[in-house]
Amino acid sequence: MPVQDLKGQKVWQRRTGRESLFHWVLWLTGVAVFAYCWQQISASTTWFFVWDAPRIASDIWTRATPPRWEYITQLGKPIWDTLNIATLGTIISLILAVPVAFLAARNTTPSALFVRPIALLIIVSTRSINSLIWALLLIAIIGPGVFAGVVAIAIRSIGFCAKLLYEAIEEIDETQVEAITATGASRWQVMAYGIVPQILPAFAGIAVFRWDINIRESTVLGLVGAGGIGLQLSSSLNVLAWPQVALILLVILAAVVISEWVSAKVRGAII
Amino acid sequence: MSDVNARIGKPWRKPPLVQRRWLRVLLLVGFIAYLIAAFLTIEVNWSRVYAGLERGQKFVLAFANPDFTSRSSDIWEGMLESIIMTVAASVVGIGISIPIALGAARNVAPLPVYLICRAIIAISRALQEIIVAILLVAIFGFGPLAGFLTLSFATIGFLSKLLAEDIESMDRVQAEAIKASGARWTQWINYGVQPQVMPRLIGLSMYRLDINFRESAILGLVGAGGIGATLNTAFDRYEYDTAAAILLIIIVIVMALEYLSGVIRARVQ
Repeated sequence: MPVQDLKGQKVWQRRTGRESLFHWVLWLTGVAVFAYCWQQISASTTWFFVWDAPRIASDIWTRATPPRWEYITQLGKPIWDTLNIATLGTIISLILAVPVAFLAARNTTPSALFVRPIALLIIVSTRSINSLIWALLLIAIIGPGVFAGVVAIAIRSIGFCAKLLYEAIEEIDETQVEAITATGASRWQVMAYGIVPQILPAFAGIAVFRWDINIRESTVLGLVGAGGIGLQLSSSLNVLAWPQVALILLVILAAVVISEWVSAKVRGAII
Repeated sequence: MSDVNARIGKPWRKPPLVQRRWLRVLLLVGFIAYLIAAFLTIEVNWSRVYAGLERGQKFVLAFANPDFTSRSSDIWEGMLESIIMTVAASVVGIGISIPIALGAARNVAPLPVYLICRAIIAISRALQEIIVAILLVAIFGFGPLAGFLTLSFATIGFLSKLLAEDIESMDRVQAEAIKASGARWTQWINYGVQPQVMPRLIGLSMYRLDINFRESAILGLVGAGGIGATLNTAFDRYEYDTAAAILLIIIVIVMALEYLSGVIRARVQ
């Protein structure tokens, strides 16, 4: 225990001298980095607009309220599209994620040296690129529309689902697998009866969890032209129809809250 | 196994996932009906998709031959801005999250404070980054400040919620021992609570840094600074080799951050 001798009286200290020096240097670097970052941000900011911000904010607020409630009749189809993008995207991504997860899990991969790194690379690269960027890319390739949104959501979700799933596969109880193997089951039978039942609850949980996230993400995919309610949002923003924007934001908020509630209920029922 | 005699001689069948038969059929029929309805309403222009496949192939090939050089100054500036936004927003976001997390933990804060902090967390979690960014760009003008504020705001909801849950599940005994020694409230937090949640706080902060970087890549699409603007331009001009270079850099940085956070988390836990 670090103790300091102060005029013959021993005083308890939290850290030794070397430790506190280390902490001090760490803090100093942190503060310096932050100061540099802040200075860069500040340099590329027009501060006049920032000082003017409260006025602009209240101006937008008065323009946006009350929301244009009649507009909701035109939002039915976009909401349906949004739901489809999220649901179909989740289903496709799950179909693709299962084999990737089995290839990536240390205990089921056919080759830890060659196949596993490829599976891990798929997981990292699909996960680290946002669905909006995937949508941008797919719109350039297959044209704007709901289909591009579905594919974007599907690709983006592969990494997430496969990562959680392969962690679940690595945590299975090996004794059950061994019991199935001992009955003389083939490789596929071991998978179907030894591994799949153990990861099924995790799989269902992941599916619902990702569906919830996908509802969130698909509401904004339209901003880049990939269908759904975001398309309405971006066209309303472009013509500065703030009452419509307010209504759309409320609808998106409601969709997000409802999907979160549904996902929490379903996950509660499964686990 | 009362009906064991009836079962002898019959092959074993896998028990169904949903026990009740009518529910099982209903779920299946509903699911198929939904799929049909969904497929019918999605209008896919297959000739357009087919025409685009060639471009898709070009893009895939561009990944094998990314062009880092011809737009290197734009890429460098955008990346630097993204990183700056990420770091600054993470620092500020984490700094604001800690008091809010303390307020949102029921075993630390009184009820009114608890409700206020939980409301802040709920608002921050319900609004997506990109929508917040649109509003903040409208209010504060183009540039990294809007992106910085967006990421800070999003960090609060994420970090406070998870940290508050960790504080709520801490060991009461240690905290009480500090209190029994006559500590003030601040000392109690500093010596009783903080050491218990510190590993989790560091882990979450690293994870959030990672998320913030990924998010900062798209904020540029709506004018909130960062690499997104460069990426969007590259797509619009069909410069797939530049776009591929940017995406590769993002992937490499995310991988490095993930590795780093893994190392740090392993060390603090």
